Amino acid sequence: MAEEILERRACVSGIGQSQIGRRLEQSPLELTLDACLAAVDDAGLRLEDIDGLSTYPGAQNFQRGFSGAGAYEVLDALRLKVGWYDSGLETSGQLGSVVKAVMAVATGLANHVLCFRSVWEGSAQGKGGRAGIGAGMARVGGEMQWRIPYGAASAAVWIALFAQKHFGRYGTTREQMAWIALNARRNAGRNPLAIYRTPMTLDDYFAARMISTPFCLFDCDVPCDGGTAMIVSRLERARDLRKPPLRFEAVGTALRGRPSWDQFDDLTTMPSRDAGAQLWSRTDLKPSDVQFAELYDGFSFLSMSWLESLRLCPVGESGPFIEGGKRIALEGELPLNTHGGQLSAGRLHGYGFLHEACVQLWGEGGERQIASRPEVGIVAAGGGHTCGCMLLTRQ
Amino acid sequence: MAEASVPFRVLPDLSESTREFWTAGARGELRFLHCLDCGVILHPPTPICFQCRSKRLAWKPVSGRAAVASYTINHQPWMPGPPLPWIIAIVEIEEDPKVRLTTNLVGIAPAEVSIGLPVRVCFEHHASPEGDVWLPLFEPDPSRRRPGAR
Repeated sequence: MAEEILERRACVSGIGQSQIGRRLEQSPLELTLDACLAAVDDAGLRLEDIDGLSTYPGAQNFQRGFSGAGAYEVLDALRLKVGWYDSGLETSGQLGSVVKAVMAVATGLANHVLCFRSVWEGSAQGKGGRAGIGAGMARVGGEMQWRIPYGAASAAVWIALFAQKHFGRYGTTREQMAWIALNARRNAGRNPLAIYRTPMTLDDYFAARMISTPFCLFDCDVPCDGGTAMIVSRLERARDLRKPPLRFEAVGTALRGRPSWDQFDDLTTMPSRDAGAQLWSRTDLKPSDVQFAELYDGFSFLSMSWLESLRLCPVGESGPFIEGGKRIALEGELPLNTHGGQLSAGRLHGYGFLHEACVQLWGEGGERQIASRPEVGIVAAGGGHTCGCMLLTRQ
Repeated sequence: MAEASVPFRVLPDLSESTREFWTAGARGELRFLHCLDCGVILHPPTPICFQCRSKRLAWKPVSGRAAVASYTINHQPWMPGPPLPWIIAIVEIEEDPKVRLTTNLVGIAPAEVSIGLPVRVCFEHHASPEGDVWLPLFEPDPSRRRPGAR
C-alpha cells in the first residue's frame, strides 16, 4: 500500500433525513434544511461548528425535481461560514460529493462538512408518468444527441443495454435479477419510512409491465421527495461527539474507461469496476470482511453490477449469487439494501445508501437491524460512467 | 423511407462539429471523423486525435456494416416517436468495433434480435426548416451470415 490513506482522517459523525414521501408538495429547500439540521443535531454539533459544505448535484435545471437545493441556497439559508464548499454533477457518483468532503477534511480545509442530497422528483412528475430526458425539446445537442433522437431518453434504457449484454455473456436471467427487487421489498416491510412496503412475490414481479427489456416496472426505482444529509468530520474532532465515529476505511472513485453510456470498453460492466478495484487497493480488509452492503439500485441490475465490481461475488456470477434471495436477506451472509433500496424505500439518489449504512453501524435499524451488530459495511452509488464507493467501519 | 411515414423524433442540433455525421445520409453514407495521420476514427468527433494528437482530421465514409453489441426492447413512451415498442441497440461498426452507435433497429421483429446480429446502415430523412437530418438506423444485413450470439 502507498503512503497514508488520507480518507482515514475522516469519519461520519451524524446523519439526518427529512420527511420522505411519494408526493409531499413541500418546499424542496425546506426538506433539504430539515435533513441538514437533523444531521447537525444527530452529531451533537451546533450550526456554528459546521465549516464546510458539499452537495450533489448543486443548483441546476437538468430535470425538474432532480435538485432540491444548491450549495449557495443552503449556505445562505443557514448563514454558514465555511472554509470550503463544493457542488457538482460531474463526479464519481452521487457520493462523490461525500468523498470530496472527506478530502476537504483530510487536507484541513474544514473540520465538519455538511453533505446533502435532496430531491422532489415525485412532486415534479405529478400524476403523469416519468417523462423522458429531452422530451419537449425541439433539438438536442451535446452528448445527449447520440441517444435522444432514438428514443433512448432515460437511464432505464441506457442501463438496460448493459444488463442485456451481461445476460448475453453470462446467462443471467430475469428470475435471478428479480431478487434485487424482492429483497428490497422484503426489507422495506421492516422500514416504517419506506414508500412501498406491501409484500411482493416473484409472480407479482413477472406480472409487472415491461419498461425496457430486461427491466420491468419493479426494476426501476421510485421517484420521491426528500432530503438526506450527513456530517463528515475530522476524526480527532469527532471523538468526543455524541456518537462513535464511523470511519472511512477506503474509498473508490476511479474511472479508467471512456466516460460514455455507449463507448465504455466493456458493456458487461461499468467504471464501478475501476472504483471497486481502487477501493480494495487502499485497505488490508478483504471482501470477505464485509458484513453488509448498501449498493445503488436505481435499476436492479446496478446492484448486481456493484456486487461484482466490489468482488463480493465473482465477475459474471451476480445472478446465481442473489438467486433465491437467501444470501442477501437481512438474516443472510451478506445483507443487501437493508432499508429497501431506492426500489422500495424511494429514490433518495445515492445518499440513502450511506445513510442506511450508518444506521446499521450505529445499531439504529430497529426492526430491520442486522442482528450481528456489524462493524464493516460497504456502500456504493451510481451507474453508467458515474460510480463511487466507500468502505465504512465502526471502531 | 416515404416522407409521410417518418415518425416524430427529437432531432440532433446541426452543430459545426456534428453536421457531417447527421447529414451524410443524404448521399447514403455513414461518415465518421478520421485521423489522416494514424487512421483512427474519432467518435464523437474531437478536434485533436486521441491516439497521435494530430489535428489533420477529415470526414470519411465507412462501409455501413455493423454488428449488434447489445439491445433493449423499449415499451415506455418517454416521448412521442415511432409506434412502440422501439428496438434500441448499440452497434459496433465493422471498421473499428470500439466505435459504437446507439441507434434503432428496423426491418426486424423484436423477438428476432440478438447480440452479434450483422446489420447495415439505412437512413431516416427528416425534412426541417432548421436543417434536414438523416438519422442512421440499422437493419439486418442479408449479405452476411450470422456469426452467432456472444
